[in-house]
Amino acid sequence: MQNPFFNNKKIIEIFSQFLLFFNRIGIALLGFFIFFSIWYILWSSGLVHRELVPRPDQIIVQLIHNFTESGLVWDLLSSVQRVIIGLSIGMILSLPVGFALAWYPKIGLMFKPLINSFRALPPIALSPLVIVFLGIGEVARTSILIYAAFFSSLVVIYEAVSAIEEVYIRAARVLGTKESEIFRKIVVPLLIPNLFVALRISLGVCWGTLVAAELLAAERGLGAVIQNAGNYFKITDIYVGLFCIGAVALTMDAIISKAMGIVVNWQDRVER
Amino acid sequence: MKLEALPPQIEFCSVGMEYGTEKNKHVVFENLSLTISENEFVVIVGGSGCGKTTLLNLAAGFTKPSHGSVLVKGKKVNGAGRDRGVVFQQYAVFPWLTVRQNIEFPLNLECCELDVNEKKDIVEHYLITTGLKNFENSLPKALSGGMKQRVAIARAYAANPQILLMDEPFAALDAQSRGSMQEVLQKITVEENKAALFITHSVEEAIFLADRIIVMGNQPAVIKEIINTPFANKKRNTEIRLLPEFIELRRHIENQLKK
Repeated sequence: MQNPFFNNKKIIEIFSQFLLFFNRIGIALLGFFIFFSIWYILWSSGLVHRELVPRPDQIIVQLIHNFTESGLVWDLLSSVQRVIIGLSIGMILSLPVGFALAWYPKIGLMFKPLINSFRALPPIALSPLVIVFLGIGEVARTSILIYAAFFSSLVVIYEAVSAIEEVYIRAARVLGTKESEIFRKIVVPLLIPNLFVALRISLGVCWGTLVAAELLAAERGLGAVIQNAGNYFKITDIYVGLFCIGAVALTMDAIISKAMGIVVNWQDRVER
Repeated sequence: MKLEALPPQIEFCSVGMEYGTEKNKHVVFENLSLTISENEFVVIVGGSGCGKTTLLNLAAGFTKPSHGSVLVKGKKVNGAGRDRGVVFQQYAVFPWLTVRQNIEFPLNLECCELDVNEKKDIVEHYLITTGLKNFENSLPKALSGGMKQRVAIARAYAANPQILLMDEPFAALDAQSRGSMQEVLQKITVEENKAALFITHSVEEAIFLADRIIVMGNQPAVIKEIINTPFANKKRNTEIRLLPEFIELRRHIENQLKK
């Protein structure tokens, strides 16, 4: 009954060779390919409203047009700049605070509930207050991003310091390491992998908060692009803005994880 | 006889240890006294939960006794110190440093006042004696458990301690590397000519390594017997495991522990 050319084994073999042909990047591209294929199918089936959902190639054409004609590149750069500034300041602030909360139990007991309640406040909900205090300038926009980055990386830093294995601290003490050296020579190296994790999480949160930050009368920025496009019902421009945020966030994340692989090459990571 | 004439390296003076409150007290041991002489290899053997590790933590200075005191060269122990090296059961090798950097670690601390050449000589010496020379630039993640423990021993000795405290350092190794690690340790401690306190639940390991064996019983922990092994101060190789007196001693201790 079985067809010798189309039994399961043969199909699996062909399929696995097909997969081997793609390397890691190929497989990642395949994900995008599937996504856009479904988009095309939905678009041509007429199930979605064509006024509201443009074809992917229309978005690409508009993207190129906006880059060359309406200075989209400046929007992109000012958003990237805001995210980087907000992210750096937020993370630098969260380091000593996260360490203090985890290393000194009394400080942790006193401030953890307070910090957890602040952490729950969404940055968007704070924007009216930010306008009252700081106006609608660049400082106001950046401070919202700092807020977002600070609280999202604080949790990671706190947990990482709490999870430092006592045996390393003991091993260091036994060798005659002073307390100040323990921080520099044991705590810091053990925290570095988690700094990268904090960076990646905060980066995601910052891009998510960006639109809210740029609600504050920003002239330039991807959030502003989306805002304006929405106001003037330029549907394709909204998609262009979203596409840019996705692409930039993906690039930054890829750079960070590549850097992590190089810097923390000592980590014993399981390849699955 | 000769050993007892030397001054004690570590002295437990009627030490007691208990956890919990007055009402709900868990006594680990009470009124325990023990002396470890200079360049003596003492092994404490006993079942799990008999307070062996507590004893080592007291000597290392990680915990304080409830009663009595622990003395190192006549001075009361107050916290961990460079004079007592510790090798842990969980390989406490620093994973972000290479083998060489791990052994260098105690030499690059503020408390170490050696010059660059002296440091280099020490590191080279321990890389060779522990057989790690070919792996000096490897990261710990590339090493087997036995290799990691060699790094830990080399690092501990690089700090030039007076005594090495070891808490079941080979418990997580397979039988074969366990055997070869025992030989490496035996060789290096004879060369160093320093005291060692070694904790294990393996009777065979105890007899192979020890000059003196302390057999401990359970709850509250008591010293059941102190045995001077017939192999003390002798060159040992794996052959001695098959000698009749080795096997006889092993049978004797195992029966003691079963009681």
